[in-house]
Formats: sequence, C-alpha cells, structure tokens
Amino acid sequence: MAFKIVASQCTQCGACEFECPSDAIEFKGEKYVIDPNKCTECEGVFELQQCASVCPVPKTCVPA
Amino acid sequence: MSAPIISLESLTNTTSSGQLLTTAKSGGCASSSCGSSSRPTDMDSATWEKIKDHPCFSEAAHHYFARMHVAVAPACNIQCNYCNRKYDCANESRPGVVSEKLTPDQALRKVIAVANEVPQLSVLGIAGPGDACYDWKKTRATFGRVAREIPDIKLCISTNGLALPEHVDELAELNISHVTITINMVDPAVGEKIYPWIFYGHRRYTGMEAAKILHERQMLGLEMLSKRGILTKINSVMIPGVNDQHLIEVNKWVKERGAFLHNVMPLISDPAHGTWFGQTGQRGPNALELKALQDRLEGGAKLMRHCRQCRADAVGLLGTDRGQEFTLDQIPFEPGYNSGKRHAYREVVARIRDDHLAAKNQAITTLASVSVRGSLHVAVATKGGGRINEHFGHAKEFQVYEASQTGIKFVGHRKVEPYCRGGWGEEATLGGIIAALEGIDIVLCAKIGDCPQKQLMEAGIRATEAFGYDYIETAISALYAAEYGLDLSKATA
Ligand code: SF4
Ligand code: SF4
Ligand code: SF4
Repeated sequence: MAFKIVASQCTQCGACEFECPSDAIEFKGEKYVIDPNKCTECEGVFELQQCASVCPVPKTCVPA
Repeated sequence: MSAPIISLESLTNTTSSGQLLTTAKSGGCASSSCGSSSRPTDMDSATWEKIKDHPCFSEAAHHYFARMHVAVAPACNIQCNYCNRKYDCANESRPGVVSEKLTPDQALRKVIAVANEVPQLSVLGIAGPGDACYDWKKTRATFGRVAREIPDIKLCISTNGLALPEHVDELAELNISHVTITINMVDPAVGEKIYPWIFYGHRRYTGMEAAKILHERQMLGLEMLSKRGILTKINSVMIPGVNDQHLIEVNKWVKERGAFLHNVMPLISDPAHGTWFGQTGQRGPNALELKALQDRLEGGAKLMRHCRQCRADAVGLLGTDRGQEFTLDQIPFEPGYNSGKRHAYREVVARIRDDHLAAKNQAITTLASVSVRGSLHVAVATKGGGRINEHFGHAKEFQVYEASQTGIKFVGHRKVEPYCRGGWGEEATLGGIIAALEGIDIVLCAKIGDCPQKQLMEAGIRATEAFGYDYIETAISALYAAEYGLDLSKATA
C-alpha cells in the first residue's frame, strides 16, 4: 500500500518531502511524487501518514 | 559648515541618468550639532548599532536602507486563517505571496545581483513564504552562503514561533541579529479562531490544543531570544472582532518577555485571495481603527508604524518593491559581488544622517517654542533620504506625520494608486487619493499640478510644493509655526 500526491493541488511547498520517514517523496521534473515502492504509509513509525498530516491542501496526499 | 547637498539619487539610480538633484536645498545645519552621532536620545548605543541600518526595525533607517527577502522556505508547520498558500499572483503585494521560490544557491545568486545594483541593501531576510524556522535546512544553507560572500549584510528571519525554540542556538551562531515572530494571541481561546491546525512533534493538532502548544512555543522562543540579546519584533495581525481588543494583552505579554518592537498590521482579507477569513467575510480594520489601537498600545512595547506588509520576496526600500527587476531569468548566472556601490552609499548616508538629525533637532526646537497647542496632520511624498522629493502624481504612498508642540511623530503611511500614469492624471484615481488622505491637513510634495491641487483644496486638503527637497521635519516645523502664528525669524535667532 502507498500514498500518492495529487499534483494538480500541490503547492510544492516540500513539507511532505522532509517529513516522510521512508524517504519516499522526491521532486521529480516539475512536481513532487511518492515512490510507491518506498512508501510504507508510515506504518509502525507514526500513527498517521506524515505527508497527509503536514500538507496544507486537503485531499492532496491520499491513498493511491 | 554648509549642509552636504549630495544626491542620494545619483548613487542609487542604477539604470542610467545619475543626474544630480541640483534643486536640492540645504536642510539647514545647526552648526553646534554637526558631526554628532545621529542616534535618537531614547536609545542606548549598542541597540542603536544593531538597528541603525535596518529599515524594518528602525523608522529612521527606513528612509535610507533597503531590505530584500529571498523565498527559500516554502514549507510551513501551521495554517493561519488569513493565509492561502496556494495563491500566487505577480500583481499582489502582501506577506505569504511569492512568485519565485528559490533554492539556497539561486538565492545567493539573487542576493549578489541585488547587492551589486541596489546600494541601499543592508538586510537579507527570510520570511517564508512558509516558515523560516520550520524549513530550517534551506534557511541555514542560504544564510551560510550569503554571509561568506557579503559579510556585512544583516540577517533576519520571520517565523510563527512553533519551531523557533529548537533553533535559537543556531540563530545566535549564524549571527542573526533580528527575529520577527508573528504572535496574534496569548489566549488559546482566541488562537483557536485564527489557527485551524498546527503540525508539531509529527502530528497534527487542532482547536484549543493546537493554539495552546503554539502559544507556549512562541513565549518560550521569545524568552530564549531575549536572553541571548537577539532583537525581536512581534508582528500581530489585527482581526476586528477576533483579536483586536486582545492585542492589548498580547502587547503586555511580549513586552514583559523582552520584545523590542510590536508591529500591529491590518488583516488583509480580500475574498479573491481565497483565504478562510476572506471567504467567510471576516473584514480587516480600516486605517482609523488601526491607528486607534496603535495609540492605545503606545507605552507598551515600542510600536512600529512603518511596516509595509511586504511580500516574501520583496526587494528595495520599504514602500517600493523592485522584486520584478531581479527574477532569476534577469540576473547573471555567476555574478561576482562588487562591494563598491554599497560602500560609497554608506559613507554618504553617514554624513547625510548627521545633517538630517541636526535638521530634526532644529525642527523640534521650533515646535517647542510655539505657545499654542494644536496638532497638524501632514502627508508627505518621498522617495527616501528623509526629504520631500517625490511628485504628487508619482507617489504610491504618502507618509503621515503628526506635528504637535511636543514634536513630530511618524504615524503611518497611506497607500494610493499613483495619480499620473504616463503623464495623464485620472479623475477616478484622484478621488481614491482624496479618500485615502482623510483627516490630513496638508500634503507636501516636490511637485503638484494646478488641477489636482485645486481639487484637493475643494476636499479641504491643502497641498504644496513650496518645501520641495527640504527635510520632512524642517518643512513640517515651518508649517506648524506658520499655522500657529509664530514668527520664525525670532524663534531661531
Ligand atoms: S505515507 Fe508516510 S511513508 Fe508514505 S509518502 Fe507519506 S509520509 Fe512517506
Ligand atoms: S505537503 Fe502537500 S502541498 Fe506541500 S509539497 Fe507535499 S503534497 Fe505538495
Ligand atoms: S513585512 Fe514588515 S517587517 Fe517584514 S520586511 Fe516588510 S515591512 Fe519589514
């Protein structure tokens, strides 16, 4: 299971990138993307997904 | 000794002319005080050294020095109801808004390009568009690189305070001398209405709990900064019906914890900006409400009245934003820093300031000798340097002074649409300017046409170019004396 970023909503603030405990988020080309192979949904590390918790735009970091 | 008539414009005009203001008149130099240090009397010299070149921390400095912000820190750890981080428009000028996010390397390039072109540059700030302390890695990298290239530039940051305490030691190591914290409440019940959520310790908090944590971190951060002697400015956004009365309490709290300045700014809540407050119809205060609150706070922490609420990527003197001239595509790829212009400018300013102070002191003496009590509200068109040197039609703002027997006080500025665009005055704009000048007795400018002058007069506002290129204080004191029937030749003899 993994999360994804809805690129059309993203403000490109980069907060999710440095909060992700799995190093799964990267700025690629023109947008932030989540590598589904690396994303763990923060399981076992944090109670809630860090990207979704810090993101200022609702429904931008969502289950893929 | 005669007053130095050196044109600041010849040094600061980066484009072409470099033409001298030959019309510049002497500001009047009281020989006794020439060469004195231009420090205000109510301040110790160590503090004055820290703020004398900082346009935001010192009202006196904002006539001469410029700041620039680099937008390297877009990530934020809280949400404010007056901010919409999705919004970005090149025509908008307000905090949180930025057109060009930069990496630390790009920021260094930009700072060097601006330092080469804008000799007034004295301060580099990082004010978001997110939070400079939260997005700390980028903030630290930028400051480190710039300080290595331009050692005499002052560094400052703006923060909401949530992530401030853990970085205070590093701020001190980086020699960051000025910090601005935005504090809108000391009571979480008020905070709850301003902040929908915060992100702290790896989780999101909402409601009272969020506001309480934010409040505690803000107070802790402020105390830690004060202990280390780092000057702090507190910014508060005045939100009518939410925290306007409460800001009196905020002022007390921050003063007790060593805040150097308190800056109350009006809420900007245009629905088109898409902020929560904008969408829910929360209004901002008008100029008179803002002034009334500022007057009530007088006597608490020192108040700042010259804030322009500039964008997170603003460049230039307060009140003028030259940010659009320095976008990445317009600056050289590897500009080398050339300190020449900045040094020459500073030397001239050091000389001019003494003269300006002498003129100010002379003006205060004049006022004190007027026996009639009364006050005069004066709006000034200026391009900087403490003089009346802007044309009425070109002014984007007027600086407002209140003169009374006790002195001349800067009380704020009024933004306007310039009357002349391409040489043609427009009726609608003039109406807007007249409305913006409500309560003003006299407008001082370098030049004004007969027609706008007449229309202002019909609205009960006098406008004159008689004091063009004089120091602001010199002109105001002369006006005041004339108004209250004093014979100046006797007073100054
Ligand atoms: S859910 Fe967690 S692991 Fe996955 S991208 Fe978001 S922060 Fe990273
Ligand atoms: S936190 Fe949200 S808005 Fe910011 S970069 Fe990540 S997805 Fe985009
Ligand atoms: S926002 Fe206010 S405090 Fe900050 S640089 Fe602009 S004028 Fe100064």
